[in-house]
Amino acid sequence: MDIDLITNILYATIRTGTPLILVAFGEMVCEKSGVLNLGQEGMMLMGAVIGFVAAVTTGSLFIAILMAIIAGILMSLLFGFLSITLVSNQVASGLALTIFGGGLSAFIGANYVGIGIDGIQPLAIPLLSDIPVIGKALFQQDTLVYFSFFMFALLYLVLTRTRVGLKLRAVGENPEAANSMGIHVHGVRYLAVMFGGAMAGLAGGYLSLAYTPLWSEGMTAGKGWIALALVVFASWKVGRIMLGAYLFGVASIMHLILQGTGYEISPSILAMLPYVATIAVLVLLSSNQTKAKLSAPMSLGVPYRPQL
Amino acid sequence: MFKLEKRPFDSRTMAYCSPLIAFALTLLFGGILFASLGHNPFTALHTFFILPLSDAYGLTELGMKVAPLLLCAMGLSLCFKAKIWNIGAEGQFIMGGLGGGFMALQFLDAESSWVLIPILLFGALCGLAWAALAALLKTKFNANEILTTIMLNYIALNALLWAVHGPLKDPSGFNFPESAMFANAAILPLLHEDYRLTIAIFFGLFAMVAIWTLISRSWLGFQIQVLGEDKAAARYAGFKENALIWFALLVCGALAGLAGVSEVTGPIGQLIPYISPGYGYAAIIVVFLGRMHPLGILFASMLMGLTYMGGEMVQIEMSLPKSITGLFQGMLLFFLLASDLLIGYRIVKKAPANIEAPTTNRVSA
Amino acid sequence: MNRLALTGISKQYPGCMANDGVDLTVKQGEIHALLGENGAGKSTLMKIIYGVVKPDAGQFEWEGESISVSGPAHARRLGIGMVFQHFSLFETLTVAENIALSLPKDQSQDMTALSNRIREVSEHYGMALDPQRFVHTLSVGEQQRVEIVRCLLQDIKLLILDEPTSVLTPQEVKRLFATLNKLASEGCSILFISHKLDEVTELCHNATILRGGKVSGHCDPQAVSSHDIARMMVGDDTPLNQDFQKVEGGKVVLDIADLNYQSEDPFACTIKQLHLKVKGGEILGIAGVAGNGQDELMRLLSGEETTSADCIRLLDKNIGDLSPTARRQLGFAFVPEERLGRGAVPDMSLEQNTLLSSAHLGLLNKGWIRFDKVKALGEHILQKYKVKSAGLQAQAKSLSGGNLQKFILGREIEQNPKLLACSHPTWGVDIGAAVLIRHALIELRDQGAAIVVISEDIDELYQICDRLCAICQGEISPIKATQDVSIEQLGQWMTGQFKDVTEPAVTSEPAYV
Repeated sequence: MDIDLITNILYATIRTGTPLILVAFGEMVCEKSGVLNLGQEGMMLMGAVIGFVAAVTTGSLFIAILMAIIAGILMSLLFGFLSITLVSNQVASGLALTIFGGGLSAFIGANYVGIGIDGIQPLAIPLLSDIPVIGKALFQQDTLVYFSFFMFALLYLVLTRTRVGLKLRAVGENPEAANSMGIHVHGVRYLAVMFGGAMAGLAGGYLSLAYTPLWSEGMTAGKGWIALALVVFASWKVGRIMLGAYLFGVASIMHLILQGTGYEISPSILAMLPYVATIAVLVLLSSNQTKAKLSAPMSLGVPYRPQL
Repeated sequence: MFKLEKRPFDSRTMAYCSPLIAFALTLLFGGILFASLGHNPFTALHTFFILPLSDAYGLTELGMKVAPLLLCAMGLSLCFKAKIWNIGAEGQFIMGGLGGGFMALQFLDAESSWVLIPILLFGALCGLAWAALAALLKTKFNANEILTTIMLNYIALNALLWAVHGPLKDPSGFNFPESAMFANAAILPLLHEDYRLTIAIFFGLFAMVAIWTLISRSWLGFQIQVLGEDKAAARYAGFKENALIWFALLVCGALAGLAGVSEVTGPIGQLIPYISPGYGYAAIIVVFLGRMHPLGILFASMLMGLTYMGGEMVQIEMSLPKSITGLFQGMLLFFLLASDLLIGYRIVKKAPANIEAPTTNRVSA
Repeated sequence: MNRLALTGISKQYPGCMANDGVDLTVKQGEIHALLGENGAGKSTLMKIIYGVVKPDAGQFEWEGESISVSGPAHARRLGIGMVFQHFSLFETLTVAENIALSLPKDQSQDMTALSNRIREVSEHYGMALDPQRFVHTLSVGEQQRVEIVRCLLQDIKLLILDEPTSVLTPQEVKRLFATLNKLASEGCSILFISHKLDEVTELCHNATILRGGKVSGHCDPQAVSSHDIARMMVGDDTPLNQDFQKVEGGKVVLDIADLNYQSEDPFACTIKQLHLKVKGGEILGIAGVAGNGQDELMRLLSGEETTSADCIRLLDKNIGDLSPTARRQLGFAFVPEERLGRGAVPDMSLEQNTLLSSAHLGLLNKGWIRFDKVKALGEHILQKYKVKSAGLQAQAKSLSGGNLQKFILGREIEQNPKLLACSHPTWGVDIGAAVLIRHALIELRDQGAAIVVISEDIDELYQICDRLCAICQGEISPIKATQDVSIEQLGQWMTGQFKDVTEPAVTSEPAYV
């Protein structure tokens, strides 16, 4: 393999991994607060379609990104209302969000299929982007990729070093106790769910505004689900989410790599790879259940009703 | 100001009313949606929910959609009763269709309808095998079944795409990604020659009665219910958790597979890239909407089948996107989950009220 | 001066009046006992004081001023601290992190300073703590210290303790009392919630007794006999105490030898070299502080966890590797600690719950359920064990704790077991049900069954058991006839000191702390 190919593979890996990182970060924070939101796919699709429609109608990518985030948040509020306020089953509510988001996004986007836009363009950072091999991959990306780096640092600090992070973990581990400490459990959970929605919306927007950039029905193709697996795989740790997302990135761009080496494999078979990889990861994980048990938020998936 | 108050025990009335409330709310919001799009909400709702059923043809078409939904939903209800969150009916359906279709392509010259038996059996077996993968991953490797079954759905979809683009493509089909048409003998018998409804509807009804009996009268069904309600109690009573998981998943896989093969050997008649308009996912809603009760599931599959037809109808009559179907399905599930709150809680006028946490775990003792 | 004065506090829950016009006064530096049976309204009252629950009516005076507590944070600002019975700790956080969460922001920013203060305060009150340890690595007694130290770090004026001794060994109780006395002498008021009279007599200056949500009396515990206090607690119509004849059992029914077990659960206790024999016609009691291997032992007995076959023998058959179903067929029955969510399925009817563990009693016909037989058995249990319910179709979760326990115990006894294992048989059960349950156990014993009872309630163990032992860190103490075990001895066993029988009560650290 020549250097150019490796450079391109690295570049594509990071681009492909970025939406996964964004969703997975959101979902991780959400799960840390004890809420399991299986609606990632629905929120992403809504982010993708609303962002795209906004880009087409306003022509401003900034507004488009903003709208994608807002769409994600609104969707997450729907889920939050069901699962937090109405104490519905979180699994069912999440599934409902995914189905609803799939339907609504297809409906909204029906007239936008096949339209092209100028997506978000890469922004080369002077000097750094000239570093051989990794320069292009790390420093000649679009702003949302840089944003994912920034979120990594921010989340790491907030979760490990601040009182906010401590509160979040406390609510996810033992909501009754957190309530008796005077922490507003529902408030924390709503904020966490909304953060998850914002990140999923952003990730959806990334797909329709930067990655492809166009809208097609069901374009997330299970990325929201893969991100859910990623969070488990990463044991709710930010660093491992980055690593895992890039691994999935590699699996998703296998066709690029294989083209370079001259193998002929059906694109449908290659398209299975990320899903197979997800299953493999889930299997590998279970080899150490004790560890998984210690790292998972203890009240994950358990609704909480405060005493009044 | 109103407050929620926990009922001392669950309300049966509300359990039956909640799907009706959900449906009413869906109608209301559907009407608002149509109105906001500039259509008369009453005509639009009429077009969506009534017009498709205005003649015998419409009714048989509904039956055609009910058959796969009912098969998938009955299997899923068994899984959900055991709190096995099998989201994989879609993949099991596709694998059933793919396997059955493969078998049907081996009998292109068949004259006798007996070939249907190996075709249907092999289809069901493929669905079962796909579910067996999920069961293996869950019981042996403790992998979360929601995620594995979803992944298996995508893999199944790609397997079908691969097959129709490659090995099973019709050699004389002008390079379209489709298989050859199956022999007439390999097509499910029609109930009436003027309509497309096949005997698949009987498969669905039979599955309904069989699973109903299993759940309500057998020790096996009882164990599955206990496992779903309360794992600790199931362990306490000595039920074999893994065996029950295998059983529920395999039955569901076989039924979804049968639904898949009935679809390709029924109205479709060949293998094409998209053999399911999301029946496997819609069946999830059917199960919840039908209260996991067989009769409820029957009615819910009719309603859900109707949303597919309604979507097509508003596309034709009002040139709205067909995807409105998914929107209505999602809304139904949402409103259902919201109104289900009323089963365990009641709304009271603000008075001295208190809501205990549903279960407080012993924290650290 | 009164630190706290409550007048006419009422709180209604759906279907029950938890507090009905309760008055309570606590003076500065006073240790005040709040006494009452389970369900008398003690917990509700202190949740009201701590601001977790809002009263429907009544007046709340704090240091002479009428106020209303808006929540736990407000209560803490007032100087009210609370130690819950089920600790509100976060197991995956450290001691310091746990404490930081309950402090105002300005006091919890600097974790090093906070850690030093934790060390300082905890040593001052004689309950040393390492701020860096993770809570899940602490013993129950140490976890309680975290709860107490958490309260002491603020400017504390009233400390509420909810049944603090139920998780402690007798020796740890002594040390806790020393701490509380020291606190009180420094002017802090203490509200001590309990249902154990001897502790109240030993520690408290004043007592308020609750029954059925109402105040049924005040007294000076030193001046009044425990019998009179007990009467105020339970009313006139309930028998207070029964003495059962102690017996010597017959043939060995259960024989556990060399049982070792390490669970996959990181929070579980390891069972080490456990030997135990239970004879037919006797009740063996196992005392111990929660989390010392009781749960693991019970799971191994019931078959929910399995081990090598010959470690556990039932009537000379190796059963260590058998499933729960197989063990039941050999004559084993089991009443677990968790009634809802193990012993019974909360959302299922009593009829279905009858079937849960009794299928082998001929309730099936080739895999089909014989509903007539299930119904008959269910009705029989409801009647014989006086289970108050809305009939067989009532959901298990709609029953009160006592009635559900009677139902489960009845269901297990009706299987005519040769060996019955019972976890905390009367925990959280009203007196009437407790009496019935104890009688049923004794009756089963007299029919020749072997019975193992695990309990944290030492009085109960002395009352119904023929032989006693204790479990500590997965090891079992020597077993002796009940009348030969002094309470000091049992306390030592509970802390893992199995050897020295005649030494005086030890003052050093218990082995497991």
